[in-house]
Amino acid sequence: MSIEPDEQVNSAHAPQVEPTAKTVLQADDISRILDRIAHQILEKTSGGTGVVLLGIPTRGRYLAQRLAERIRSFGAVEVGLGELDITLHRDDLRRSAPRPLGRTVEPVGGVDGKLVILVDDVLFSGRTVRAALDAMTDLGRPRAVQLAVLVDRGHRELPIRADYVGKNLPTASEEQVHVRLAEHDGLDAVIIERGVGR
Amino acid sequence: MIRHLLSAADLDLATATTLLDSAEQMFAIQHREVKKLPTLRGRTVVNLFFEDSTRTRSSFEIAGKWLSADVINISAKGSSVSKGESLRDTALTVAAMGVDALVVRHASSGAVARITEWVQCPVINAGDGTHEHPTQALLDAFSLRQRLGELRGRHVVIVGDLTHSRVARSNVLLLATLGARVTLVAPPTLMPSGVASWKCDRSWDLDDVLCGRAFGDVDAVMMLRVQRERMSGGYFPTEREYAIGYGLSPRRLALLPEHAPVLHPGPMNRGLEISSAAADSARSIVLDQVKAGVAVRMSVLYHLLAGDQQPAPVLEEAVR
Repeated sequence: MSIEPDEQVNSAHAPQVEPTAKTVLQADDISRILDRIAHQILEKTSGGTGVVLLGIPTRGRYLAQRLAERIRSFGAVEVGLGELDITLHRDDLRRSAPRPLGRTVEPVGGVDGKLVILVDDVLFSGRTVRAALDAMTDLGRPRAVQLAVLVDRGHRELPIRADYVGKNLPTASEEQVHVRLAEHDGLDAVIIERGVGR
Repeated sequence: MIRHLLSAADLDLATATTLLDSAEQMFAIQHREVKKLPTLRGRTVVNLFFEDSTRTRSSFEIAGKWLSADVINISAKGSSVSKGESLRDTALTVAAMGVDALVVRHASSGAVARITEWVQCPVINAGDGTHEHPTQALLDAFSLRQRLGELRGRHVVIVGDLTHSRVARSNVLLLATLGARVTLVAPPTLMPSGVASWKCDRSWDLDDVLCGRAFGDVDAVMMLRVQRERMSGGYFPTEREYAIGYGLSPRRLALLPEHAPVLHPGPMNRGLEISSAAADSARSIVLDQVKAGVAVRMSVLYHLLAGDQQPAPVLEEAVR
């Protein structure tokens, strides 16, 4: 199974943005989207009590950090923050070269009995989220699990949907969606690249 | 990434760092309630041990099982090896069963490398004679990194029976790759031939080295087991004399800087190469090394097995 295209791209080896690449979200757009998602989380979770954000590396961790800051700012509430590497739970390990492992950082207080919100940059096939649900059982048993993504590009292969979506982005399967975040890539942007097979 | 792990020389800086970094993530699993990952589900790893081993075999077994691989142990005793089967036939037979990786320990140096000429699956050297033990070097480096941080520029002293030590060879190679300085200390009879070509300093005077007079301040000391089972001659007059000259006594322990940990690959000969005071001191990271061993071997199995490889029983030319 192919992997989420954005995960295939390291900032050091980012593809040259050709004329076929189109920037669909700029830094301001991303900032507004994260503001909105933070407010939605506060609304949907009755003020953020008992909420834990788990960012899925690489870029999900930065999005989780930004959301936690906004929730603290908007709702005066400190939500738990952690990271959840899903590499060892992937279903495509036989099909590609071994990947370097990301970090798993358990949030202070753990996840038992908490409302865990998984945070990722792009929702595509759903396989990353499936792996994340498996990986989370290693950490404990949350009260409930929700999903927040910056971009939902469709093409689901599993019955998985996001609770918080920054932008629904209709794409063709041969296109790639690249999320760029300042903490990792030096700038904030979401770019669609056309004509690249999955 | 490498296909086999036969020698610490197979590891360049990038590969060694990747293996150690991955081991750090694997290490966290030991503290979880459920110590199981699905990563190698459906893979079969065979521990083929032609030499007695407890900790290395158990460590590989636990590492494989925590990654959900099926692990099978074959030891020379009670197997067809004891009936006179050759190394080649044993390796071919096991490989023909469709295993995905072989972890091999053998009393003869170079035997594990030979096996790679006959089988196609990844082969991991779990110790071959007096030659190498690369996963031990990795776990030592991992333990040192945990205690000291970055190893570049650190000074590690390795003491004892160097002639028979595969651990020392692998450590000198790997530590040099990671940018550490190594000093070997042993009586002349236990200094290996050809050591002049190794990337390290050498001394016969342990006190001189430990207090920093010979080669500068020491950041860690690794005591090696005196391998009586491999000794056929008089390498030193008496064990008491060896302990006086080269054992890590309480007095010598006090010569070390406060930050310097004490390592030992085990099993320890207490009272010979290491005193109980040193072995049980707060500086001893012997049990940390054992914990690190499982994490490092998980990392090695993951990187060697989690690719697009299919089990390939045997090389055709090997069976002609």
